[in-house]
Amino acid sequence: MEKELGVYVHIPFCVRKCNYCDFLSFPSCKEERKAYVKALLEEISYYSSFINAHKLKTVYFGGGTPSLLDTEDLKLIFDAVTINQDRKGICDFDTFEATIEVNPGTVDYDKLKRMKEIGFNRLSIGLQSVNDDELKLMGRIHTYEDFLNTYSFARKAGFENINIDIISSLPYQTEEKYLNTLNTVISLEPEHISSYSLIIEEGTLFFEKYANGDFLPDEDTDRAFYKMTNDILEKHGYHRYEISNYSKHNFQSRHNSSYWTGKEYLGVGLGASSLVGNERRTNTAFIKEYLKWTDLIKKTVALENGVKNAKDLALCNGLYEVTEVLSKKDKMSEFMILGLRMTEGIKKSEFRRQFGKEIEEVFGKELKENIKNGTIVTKDDVIRLSEFGLDVSNRVFCDFL
Amino acid sequence: MGNYKDKIRNFCIIAHIDHGKSTLADRIIEMTGVLTTREMQAQVLDNMDLERERGITIKAQTVRCIYKADDGEEYILNLIDTPGHVDFNYEVSRSLAACEGAVLVVDAAQGIEAQTLANVYLALDHDLEVFPVINKIDLPSAEPERVINEIEDVIGIEAMDAPLISAKQGLNIKDVLEMIVKKVPAPKGDEEAPLKGLIFDSIYDSYKGVIVYMRVMDGSIKPGERIKMLATGAEADVVEVGTFGPGRYMPCDELKAGMVGYITASLKNVKDTRIGDTITKASRPCTEALPGYKKVQSMVYCGMYPADGAHYQDLKDALEKLQLNDASINYEPETSIALGFGFRCGFLGLLHLEIAQERLEREYNLDLVTTAPSVIYHVYKTNGDMIELTNPTNLPDASEIDHMEEPFVSAEIMVTTEFVGAIMTLCQERRGIYKSIEYIEKTRALLKYDMPLNEIIYDFFDALKSRSKGYASFDYELKEYVPSKLVKLDILINHEEVDALSFIVHADSAYDRGRRMCEKLKDEIPRHMFEIPIQAAIGSKIIARETVKAVRKDVLAKCYGGDISRKKKLLEKQKEGKKRMRQIGSVEVPQKAFMSVLKLDEE
Repeated sequence: MEKELGVYVHIPFCVRKCNYCDFLSFPSCKEERKAYVKALLEEISYYSSFINAHKLKTVYFGGGTPSLLDTEDLKLIFDAVTINQDRKGICDFDTFEATIEVNPGTVDYDKLKRMKEIGFNRLSIGLQSVNDDELKLMGRIHTYEDFLNTYSFARKAGFENINIDIISSLPYQTEEKYLNTLNTVISLEPEHISSYSLIIEEGTLFFEKYANGDFLPDEDTDRAFYKMTNDILEKHGYHRYEISNYSKHNFQSRHNSSYWTGKEYLGVGLGASSLVGNERRTNTAFIKEYLKWTDLIKKTVALENGVKNAKDLALCNGLYEVTEVLSKKDKMSEFMILGLRMTEGIKKSEFRRQFGKEIEEVFGKELKENIKNGTIVTKDDVIRLSEFGLDVSNRVFCDFL
Repeated sequence: MGNYKDKIRNFCIIAHIDHGKSTLADRIIEMTGVLTTREMQAQVLDNMDLERERGITIKAQTVRCIYKADDGEEYILNLIDTPGHVDFNYEVSRSLAACEGAVLVVDAAQGIEAQTLANVYLALDHDLEVFPVINKIDLPSAEPERVINEIEDVIGIEAMDAPLISAKQGLNIKDVLEMIVKKVPAPKGDEEAPLKGLIFDSIYDSYKGVIVYMRVMDGSIKPGERIKMLATGAEADVVEVGTFGPGRYMPCDELKAGMVGYITASLKNVKDTRIGDTITKASRPCTEALPGYKKVQSMVYCGMYPADGAHYQDLKDALEKLQLNDASINYEPETSIALGFGFRCGFLGLLHLEIAQERLEREYNLDLVTTAPSVIYHVYKTNGDMIELTNPTNLPDASEIDHMEEPFVSAEIMVTTEFVGAIMTLCQERRGIYKSIEYIEKTRALLKYDMPLNEIIYDFFDALKSRSKGYASFDYELKEYVPSKLVKLDILINHEEVDALSFIVHADSAYDRGRRMCEKLKDEIPRHMFEIPIQAAIGSKIIARETVKAVRKDVLAKCYGGDISRKKKLLEKQKEGKKRMRQIGSVEVPQKAFMSVLKLDEE
C-alpha cells in the first residue's frame, strides 16, 4: 500500500503584519510574489517524484495570506503539487482535502469561485473577532462586515467546508466581548471553528505592549473563556477534537490531524517544515536564499531518483536544514505529546503496533503520576488528557519528553 | 662581625582595611629590587583572585626581601602580610607572633579606624614594636598633622617621626625601609637549642604538597631530618626547606633561629599542620610548646550541599583541599531530608563563609546549596547536659530544654558624629546593649555595644555601611554566652517541614522573620498543579502563612507541523528548569530558594 502524505505550501505574504503575529510573513510587491512563485514551483518539481511515490491525502495553503496570490499562480502551484494524482480522487472531498487560508478583504466572489475551480474544497478564514475595536487593536486590515462579505461569497462560490479562526483572551477582552464573537460565529454555522487563546510571542508588537500581563485577562478568566467555548460549542453540535479545534461531525481538519498523529508531511515554501521519514526539516527562512531554487534547477537536470537526490542538492545549497533526526525514543515522545493534543487521546494498541512495546513499559511511571495528578484519564485502550490536563498540558508533555 | 641574626628583620604591616597595606607591601618588594617593575603585578601579595576582587587579604602571605640600607649593610627583610579582616583574628595573631615589629599604616585622610585600634592592640599584646606610617599623603584631603596627633592621643604611641608616604605613588618608601632596619629589633633565639618553630600558615601546593610556613624561634632544621608537631603529635621527614621569593619558593640548605621560611615534608595528613602549632625535631624535641596555640573555634556554621547529589564526593574532596589552605575551616558530614548528603561547615565569620563558598564554586567548579548560617548556641537540658548546637535541626524537644544561651560579642563601631544616631538605632534593632560612647575628636565617636552574634552574621556589615554612607568601621570579639529567649522557627512547605530551612531566632523577632521567610519563599517556589501552603511554625504553632497558587494554565494553544520542533524545544527548556530543583514531598523547590532566605533584609 502506498504511504499517505500531506503537503503544506507556505505563502509568506500579507498586506500588513498583525500586531500579535510571529509567523513568517511580510508585505510584498508584485515582482517579489512572482519570483517567489517561480522558486516555489521549482521546489515542488524537485519533490515531484517523492510526492508521486505517496498517496496525497491533503494539501494546505497557509501563510501569511495565500489568498493574496493571483489565481493563476494558485492554480500553477496547486497543479504542480497534484500533477500525478488521480484527478477523480482530487475532486472527491472524501478522499482529498485541499485547504486554503483566506483573509477577509483580500478576495471577492470571483476569486473564491476560481479557487473552488482550481480544486480547493476547504477554506480557513481568519476572522479573530467580530468586534471592530478588537480587530483594530490586533492590527487586522478588515472589519467584521468585510468578513461577512467574504463568508457569504464563499458559501455562494460553493465552499461547503469552512473554518473560522477566532482568538480569546485578547487585551482588555471582557466575557461579553468574547461571547459576542463566539455566538456570532456559531450563528453563521461554519463547519469548523478554531479558537485560540492568545499567545504573546516575543518580537511582536503585542509582546512589547502586553508581555507584563497588565491588560490581559488573568489566567482564571482565560480558563473560564476556554470552558465556555467548549460548553457552548458542544451545545451547538461542535466537537472539540484538539486543544483549540472544534468541528461538526466529519469536518475535522484532516491535514492538521496528520501532524498530531505522526504522519509524514512535506512542507514547501519559505521556512516550511517537513517530516520525512525520521527527519524533521526546515526550509531556509531567508527569501533571498529561497529564491536560489530557481538557479538550482538550471544546473541540475535529471533528478529522477526522487527525494534522496533532491535532498542532497538542496541541503548542500542551504535551502533547508535537517533540524532533527528522530530516534525511536523521540518518536515515542512525539507519539505522546502530539497525540495527547487530540481529545480522543492515544491508543495503547497503536503504540504497541508502531513501536513493538507496551506503553506502560516505556512511560509507566509518567502515566501513573499523571493519572494520580488527575491530568490523564485512561479507559480500556485509550489514554487521554482530562479537562485539567488540557489546561496544563505543557506540564504533562514535559513528563513524556 | 655580628651574628647573622643582626641582619634579619621580621615584620608585618597592619592597617584598617583599605588604608593601603598591600600597596605598601608591593612598593617594599619593588624597592628592594628582587622584582623588576615589569614583573610586578598590582598587589603581588594578594594573589588569590578573590582577594584581589574583594580588595582584602585573606591568607597571610610572606616574602623575603634583600635591602641594602644606608649604613651599607645588606639586610634580610621578612615581610609577613596579615589577613585584613576581623574574621581572621587568630591567623593575624599567629602571624604577629612570628615578627618582632609591626608597621602600622594609617590613612592620612581617614585617620584611625576600628580595625586600626584592634590591630594595634593585638600587636602590642604580642610585644611587638609598633611604628606608624602615614599613607596617602598625596590625597587632597590628607591631614597628616591631625592623624599624627590622633595616633599619639588615642593609641599613645610615638608618631612624630612617622614617615609620610604615598604607597600608591611610591613616595618616601625608603623612609619606611630605613625605619624597619633601624627600629625593628633583630630576632633573638638560640640556633644550638632544640628546634622550636612556629607554624603561622600552611598551604597546599599541587606540586610540593603541604607547605608549612614557619618562623624558627630556636634551633635549626635541614632536609632529611625528622620533625614532630607538638599539638597534633604528627611526625614527618623534611623534604625541602627554603625561603620566600616574591611569588616563588627558594629552597636553601638550612633554616636557623630567627629565620622565616617554609618546609615541605612527607606529611600525609594536612590536618597535621595546624596554625599556631610548634614544630620540633623528633630526635631532640624541645620541652615546651610556644604559647598562644589554640584550636581555632568556628563562630558561624552552615550546611553545604552539592546541588547535584551525585557530586557529594567532589564536595568532600574540595573541602579537604580547601582545609589544606585554610585550617580554620572545619566540616562534618550531615544529612538533610531536603538536601540529601552534605556537610555542616564551621567558619570564623560570615565573610570567611562567603569566601569559602565562592572558592568552592570557582576553584573546584562546584554548584552548592548553602543553608542559613547559624552561630553556636548552648542548650542546657533539664537533665543537666549542655549541647553546643550548630545545626538548628538538632535542637532537642522543647520539653527537654531548660534554657538556652547565645554568644554575645563586644562590638566597637567608629563613626562620624552625624551618623551616631542612625547607627545607635541599628544596634538597638539588632538587640544591641549600649555600653559607652567616646568622642575621639570632635567629628568622630567610638560606640561600644554588646551584641548577639546571630544578629551580626547576616547582613550587619551591609546595614552599617548603608546607614553611615560608608563612614562607619566595625570590629568585634567574642565576649560571653548569655541566656536568651530563643526559639526554633520551622518552615513547612505543603505541610512538610523542611529541615534545611529551620533556624534559631530570638522569640521577639520570630514572627517578623517567619513572615518574611514565607513571603520570600512564595516568590521563589514556582507554581505547581496544586496549591502549596508555605508556613512558618514554632513547635506546632503556625505563626505565618503564604500560599503559592496552583497553576491554572500552562498550554500552547497552537502546535502545527511548522513549529513542532520549536514547541518541543520550549518544553525541553521547561523540563530542564524542573531538573535543577529539589524535591520536597511532591513540591519542587529551586536551589536558590534555600539561599534566598539568607537575604531577607535586602529590599
